Amino acid sequence: MESSVIKSRNFNASFGTNHVVKNVNIDIPRNHIIAVMGPSGCGKTTYLRCINRMHELIPGANSSGEMLLNEEDVYKMHPIFVRLKIGMVFQRPNPFPNLSIYDNVIAGYKLNGVKLPKAEKDRIVEHSLTRVALWNEVKDSLTKKGSFLSGGQQQRLCIARAVAMEPEVILFDEPTSALDPISTSTVEELFHELKANYTLIVVTHNMQQAARVSDKTAFFFLGELVEYDETKTMFTNPKDNRTQNYITGRFS
Amino acid sequence: MQAKSVKYRLGKSYGFQILTYILAFAIVVPLLAILFYIFRAGITRINWHFLVNIPKPVGETGGGIANAIVGSIIIILIAAVIAVSIGIMAGVYLSENRKSRLAYWVRLSTDVLQGVPSIVIGIIAYFWLVKPLRGFSALSGSVALAIMMLPIIVRSTEETLKLLPDSLKEAALALGVPFHRVMFKVIVPVGISGILSGVMLAIARITGETAPLLFTAFGNPYLSVNIAKPMQSLPLLIFNYATSPYTDWLNLAWGASLILLVWVLFLNILTTLLTRKWKVQL
Repeated sequence: MESSVIKSRNFNASFGTNHVVKNVNIDIPRNHIIAVMGPSGCGKTTYLRCINRMHELIPGANSSGEMLLNEEDVYKMHPIFVRLKIGMVFQRPNPFPNLSIYDNVIAGYKLNGVKLPKAEKDRIVEHSLTRVALWNEVKDSLTKKGSFLSGGQQQRLCIARAVAMEPEVILFDEPTSALDPISTSTVEELFHELKANYTLIVVTHNMQQAARVSDKTAFFFLGELVEYDETKTMFTNPKDNRTQNYITGRFS
Repeated sequence: MQAKSVKYRLGKSYGFQILTYILAFAIVVPLLAILFYIFRAGITRINWHFLVNIPKPVGETGGGIANAIVGSIIIILIAAVIAVSIGIMAGVYLSENRKSRLAYWVRLSTDVLQGVPSIVIGIIAYFWLVKPLRGFSALSGSVALAIMMLPIIVRSTEETLKLLPDSLKEAALALGVPFHRVMFKVIVPVGISGILSGVMLAIARITGETAPLLFTAFGNPYLSVNIAKPMQSLPLLIFNYATSPYTDWLNLAWGASLILLVWVLFLNILTTLLTRKWKVQL
């Protein structure tokens, strides 16, 4: 029996009176890649942002139910500890424009005021950039600003920034939707590398991407978790009619 | 007929263009005139001696404005420290809490404060500080000037930070960075060029203020660096000496006017340069 790193029990989220995530129950196994797909406005991004408590930053946002990280309710922890254990990569690359590439990687330490010896910092930077296959491209320009890189490189820099904190889970909110095809495939290849050490939850509106990269897939529709299964099973033999319609392109 | 009407309209268009040139140039004329006049009257006074000596008593020739320059620098620096620390905090609050009731009142009061005549602010500082502390002081002058600087700094900070994308804040929050560190390590540094230009403009704006200093810093014919005592400043010196009947004092006021003018011009140019240099490319 594999252990679940994230579990949701009767989880609901809303913006004011708009109920966007409805009664979601899900178990996410450790060191797997989970794709969360569904049409626009189905609540997949909102659900993702609930996992590391980013949802509550929006005025009027509410949530209820249990969200467990290693059997501990994240809504009973301080959000800062939650976010240290659950990293996040956003839709658009958002490196800190005032920091160098080097400082962007260790931003999680630097901005939290953690003092590390120089050798340790160098090790984290090289290790993290190597993991996201960016080290060879930027090792000679570490002192340049993060915004100097191309979009795909910036997104990998953002992944390195999340990886540097050694979280247990990394959330990806449509990480390749702003990237060109080549950068997209580079990032997708990374997912397989990262799986060994982290659990990845990837929101995508791109079915092919879900099929390509994930071990398990969750299909959200109108705020409900319609189906959650092995990706292979889901795409070859969906149980729910709505999943069938979605993956055959009946609606998008 | 048609050719004629087109010609007429072209002529009108041409005339309008010339008019815009003339009026645009007319904007520059007052500045040039002021510069020219003050330079002509003041430049002969300016020399090393003028910058490092204090004014001589009536009847003696020579003397300088060192006390006013030092005083102005001290008073403005203290005012800037007070206004920058409060103003940036308030600006951060406004950009973070756009719709709260307090934000509404803060915005309203900065707008009203901006319109309060400087002499009124001087009187308020007099009743708040000079009377309770039983004496004119440079510090009370600094407080009066700080009140004048606040609205400019608050609003420029707010406007700058409002334009920064939310993704920047989320990037930092998602790394588990506490709110105050997100503000002071990410948001304010990224917006620093806009905030700085607000601060510099506020300083340029208060450098020539006389009225708030009349009943606060008061003026001092000698060089003083004690902020609990009366202190001279450039606008006060100009105000007092320019209304005196002595030629020597009048000349001193002309020289001081030139220094003040150059100072303000320099601040404005410096603002443009720093804003460009510190601009963070998003």
